[in-house]
Amino acid sequence: MSQTQAHHHAPPKGFLRTHVFSLDHKVIGKQYLDLALVAVCTGMVLSWLMRLHLAWPETPIPGLEKLSPNGAAGGVITPEYYLSLMTMHGTIMVFFVLTTAPFAGFGNYFLPIQVGAEDMAFPRINMTSFWVTLVAFLVLVAAFFVGDGPPLSGWTAYAPLSAVGKDAGPGQGVGQTLWAVSITLFCVAQLLGALNFITTTLDLRTKGMSLARMPYSTWAWFITSVIGLIAFAVLMPACILLILDRVAGTSFFIPAGLVISDRLQPHAGGSPLLWQHLFWFFGHPEVYIAILPGFGIISHILPVFARKPLLGPRVMIACLVAIAFLSYTVWGHHMFLSGMNPFSATLFSVPTLVITIPATIVTLLWIGTIYGAKLRFTTPALFCLGFVSVFVSGGISGFFLAQPSIDTYLHGTYFVVGHFHFVMGVAAMFGIFAATYFWAPKMFGRMMSETLGKWHFWLTFIGVYCVFMPMHYLGLAGNVRRYSAFTDDYLKPMIPLHRFITIAALFTGAAQLIFLFNLIRSRFRGPKAPDNPWEATSLEWSTTSPPPFDNFGGRPPIVERGPNEYGGARGADYLMQAAAAAPASAR
Amino acid sequence: MEGSPYGIPSRKLGMWLFITADAATFGAILFAYGYLRLANPDWTHPFAFSPTIVNGIVMTVVLLTSSLTMVAAVATAQLGRTSAGVRWLGVTMLLGIVFAALHLREWFAMIGAGWRLFQNPMGGSPLFGATFFGITGLHLLHVVCGVIVIGVITLGFRRGRFDAGHVETTALYWHFVDLVWMFVFPLVYLMNVR
Repeated sequence: MSQTQAHHHAPPKGFLRTHVFSLDHKVIGKQYLDLALVAVCTGMVLSWLMRLHLAWPETPIPGLEKLSPNGAAGGVITPEYYLSLMTMHGTIMVFFVLTTAPFAGFGNYFLPIQVGAEDMAFPRINMTSFWVTLVAFLVLVAAFFVGDGPPLSGWTAYAPLSAVGKDAGPGQGVGQTLWAVSITLFCVAQLLGALNFITTTLDLRTKGMSLARMPYSTWAWFITSVIGLIAFAVLMPACILLILDRVAGTSFFIPAGLVISDRLQPHAGGSPLLWQHLFWFFGHPEVYIAILPGFGIISHILPVFARKPLLGPRVMIACLVAIAFLSYTVWGHHMFLSGMNPFSATLFSVPTLVITIPATIVTLLWIGTIYGAKLRFTTPALFCLGFVSVFVSGGISGFFLAQPSIDTYLHGTYFVVGHFHFVMGVAAMFGIFAATYFWAPKMFGRMMSETLGKWHFWLTFIGVYCVFMPMHYLGLAGNVRRYSAFTDDYLKPMIPLHRFITIAALFTGAAQLIFLFNLIRSRFRGPKAPDNPWEATSLEWSTTSPPPFDNFGGRPPIVERGPNEYGGARGADYLMQAAAAAPASAR
Repeated sequence: MEGSPYGIPSRKLGMWLFITADAATFGAILFAYGYLRLANPDWTHPFAFSPTIVNGIVMTVVLLTSSLTMVAAVATAQLGRTSAGVRWLGVTMLLGIVFAALHLREWFAMIGAGWRLFQNPMGGSPLFGATFFGITGLHLLHVVCGVIVIGVITLGFRRGRFDAGHVETTALYWHFVDLVWMFVFPLVYLMNVR
């Protein structure tokens, strides 16, 4: 067997092979991004429904009764249906947006180009990975239309609620089974993807592309793949055990003597805590699967607009590796309230605080990179700065939550909701926006509008702070999460603040229409993009916009330097990684 | 395109990564087993030396031998002795089938005695059946898939469609399945001897 499979597959013929069942990593990457776009719109609408209900619990929402006659009779959401909406919002956002867009989407498109390869190492596995992800998404969304609707056990699917079947409430019958099947499929797809990313990074780098010369985004995708390879391999069997509990009568996660809906459950011997351990062993690394590609994207984009090399490139990569390693040692901090031994809680608290060290160093490296720089305030640069801002805002509350004594009070409140939406949700979304504005010229060959982009940034930036900052205050005031309404209890004085958050959420959501309009309009009406509109150095800017089928037109680039040559390091404003491209002095 | 800087072909690296993920999967299942075993004071110890452990020892010997014949298959394939390689692959497949047959015979005997995924005829924790069939079932699935893959590779190798590299990559998987059994046998069988 030869040392390397050079896959010179010819460009496909026909619409189906070119645009639908394509083996080309660029098409598959765009398919992942399209899927994420559909998923993020779905997830956002679900969050609006929840917010509307929280702010005006008795006002009917027009049309909702059609979607769920039982869950929203007369258009008013029941407490159970509220939980269903929350479950679907969390599952769709975490799995099908935050994992698929920054990792599978942009990773698929740009990892092979950034290492100078023609395609992924296993194009067929790559295609399978996308289609399995799509099926997983359809299976999940099907839960809206079957039986009693979607499950209500949250994106974490805590047992025994998730394990006992339809006695546990509406949606816990077919809906919860569909959830478990969907996530099992998703795990398979992401395992195939991770295997492909790692092999491509290690085996298909072009001449001169040593590990130290890889762009930071490539490093982040590579490290994320390594995390995913282990994390999804643990969630998959956990979901299969959950399915067995639900359909085959086993009791892995169901203890003895459980009476639900006046019926003694025919199970004994299982442990709900076992599910929490298996889930969070996946779940915490998953947080980093969502955010590390953002780290890489920001580290890749910031120097381009700062016109300065990234500060401490090796430290950056060391920090990413350290975060990846530590991400496996902290899962118990999600379980401080599970009744675990306080001694174990301390054991999980220490690495949780330790992991903030590399995360802080990374942030300081970004800030150090822009220190003294003449920043070019383009839209992608603004989203990078926004990323740093929301990551710090959300990260600082992480210091509080890492301590079991404080977390015991805050864990069940909106403080945690505000924390993880900032640090994992909004930060990752800002990474996705930065990547979209930065790479759209390369992917579609046309520039997006800067004016609209800046409007989009400022409205979104102000909007997310209005949505999530007050949640910290709500949490400190004792506002519990996962409740569908606060009409007649001690939380009634909080309702005006909830109304403010709801209005801000609708406003921020509406601002995303600017982004959608810009994205669609630029594909047809945008000015033609040059090969290297941002004067960046990495290999994707050495090829045409958009790149040809084999990425480099049959001439694989030869890499002569790292991606960090900005700011007159060797007499020029910047130096491309591949010498074959136009010299920097042509500027 | 340049040769791989690590000198490891993509397909082989892919197999190693699959094995890494699969090891995590088995690790998770065995962790769950240990967790549930400790959590249930009424854990059952049903296995007698004869027939279960004797049968298990025979199965272990058969599977270990199949790894040995796999080594021979890879060695002969790499030397270019195609027909010898095909013969050794055939012996490996045969041993895999014997292992699966012994395993299934044991399963059917236990099912006949009333063991189910959710039922323990000896009155102890019902999780014994769930973990036993779950873990050995996952391993058996790997053995059956392995036999099928070796079959496909053998046919292709004889016709020249596959080379010694394919045989070696398949062998990696087969040795891993063997290695997993070396964890399953003591943890699931020997620790549950009456």
